[in-house]
Amino acid sequence: MDSKTLTDVLREHPFLEGLKPNHVQKLAEVALEVQFARDQIVFREGDETSLFYLLASGKVALEVSAPGRVVRIQTLGEGDELGWSSLLGNAGKTFQARSLEPVRAIGFDAIRLRQVWEQDPAFGYQFMTRLLKVVAQRLQATRLQLLDLYAPRGTKLV
Amino acid sequence: MSAVLTAAPPALPPQMTPVRVAGVVKETHDTFTLTLDPPGEEAAGRFLPGQFSMLYVFGVGELPISISGDPGDSGRLVYTVRSVGKATNALVNCQPGQWVGVRGPFGTSWPIEEARGNDVLIVAGGIGLAPLRPAIQHILRHRDDYVRLLVLYGARSPKDLLYRKELAGWARLPDTQVLTTVDYGGVNWRGYVGVVTTLFRYVRLHPGRTTAMICGPEIMMRFVIRELEKRGLPDADIYLSMERNMKCAVGFCGHCQLGPYFVCKDGPIFPFTKMRPWLDKHEL
Repeated sequence: MDSKTLTDVLREHPFLEGLKPNHVQKLAEVALEVQFARDQIVFREGDETSLFYLLASGKVALEVSAPGRVVRIQTLGEGDELGWSSLLGNAGKTFQARSLEPVRAIGFDAIRLRQVWEQDPAFGYQFMTRLLKVVAQRLQATRLQLLDLYAPRGTKLV
Repeated sequence: MSAVLTAAPPALPPQMTPVRVAGVVKETHDTFTLTLDPPGEEAAGRFLPGQFSMLYVFGVGELPISISGDPGDSGRLVYTVRSVGKATNALVNCQPGQWVGVRGPFGTSWPIEEARGNDVLIVAGGIGLAPLRPAIQHILRHRDDYVRLLVLYGARSPKDLLYRKELAGWARLPDTQVLTTVDYGGVNWRGYVGVVTTLFRYVRLHPGRTTAMICGPEIMMRFVIRELEKRGLPDADIYLSMERNMKCAVGFCGHCQLGPYFVCKDGPIFPFTKMRPWLDKHEL
């Protein structure tokens, strides 16, 4: 990530804003720098991966396949989180993730993260509180998306 | 539709000016931009960003339409219209040379004077970009009077995006950030997918030095305001366009009454401080 150390990048990521330095250090010890080229599949629907990513730059689309087409349901960018369901121990990805442009990210193996949190539950609580906020924001955004706000007035949803 | 394509303008009610259609350009599958020749009187062609006119299609009806053209332009009046009903269909099907009636401009304007020296944040949803375009064009014409220009625009799908070339052009300008998102994107769309509020993650706001101008569906505006409040923007720096049920444009008929205000006369642009008590009131 240019001249920045991994710890610097983690400290500056919005997801980890305000996290104690010793917790950032613990994260850095299990973190992995990753890059994806444009149009690379990060993971596919159904993949059993335990990786969770913090995006440092670039754009990733979440997609779902339907017969004859692929629907792009959300785009994530710099400062966002990708693959949060891995942290819950869920087997199998719900959506496909594809990089829309070159992406730089920091990856974490959720299995290793959970081991760290078992030794330091306060850290686990801090991390999960942040994750819950992300999930709540995505739920709210999805609800707004479902309202089809820009449809002509009088258009019925159901 | 009763087309009026004659040499002489038809007889009109008082305060209505007959104006010829100069052209109609298709923006999207259902939205068109209508350009009218400069009205006879010079003053009639002048407007402030955010104001609207009443456009009358002969034999069909009259409707309020926000002016979407450049306020610094030649005096031609420009309107972007979504074709959703009888009157709007008639309007977008007008032929060059055809007469329409114009009343106005009416209403309050975006706070372009108050925003001088500030960053300007524009948040638009759907056709809500049209009333904001004159404000953007004014800022670009007086670029030194403002600091950063941030445009966050959400639409239903890529095929519903207005002014795509202009958006791309604005994005290339210095000190200007333009982010576009759609609710539903296909695989060929490489921009953002998600509601417009998700774009706030990618901009840095300076509370106290930013003026926000918002136009879109009311639910969208409410959620945008929540994002602005989370980021510490004072209520006094937030302005929104309420375009409810305007009919007479002079505060007479009462159709657009919202609390103590008539949207057509006291708005359509309001400071959020005035709208706060009324925005989420049920059955208003």
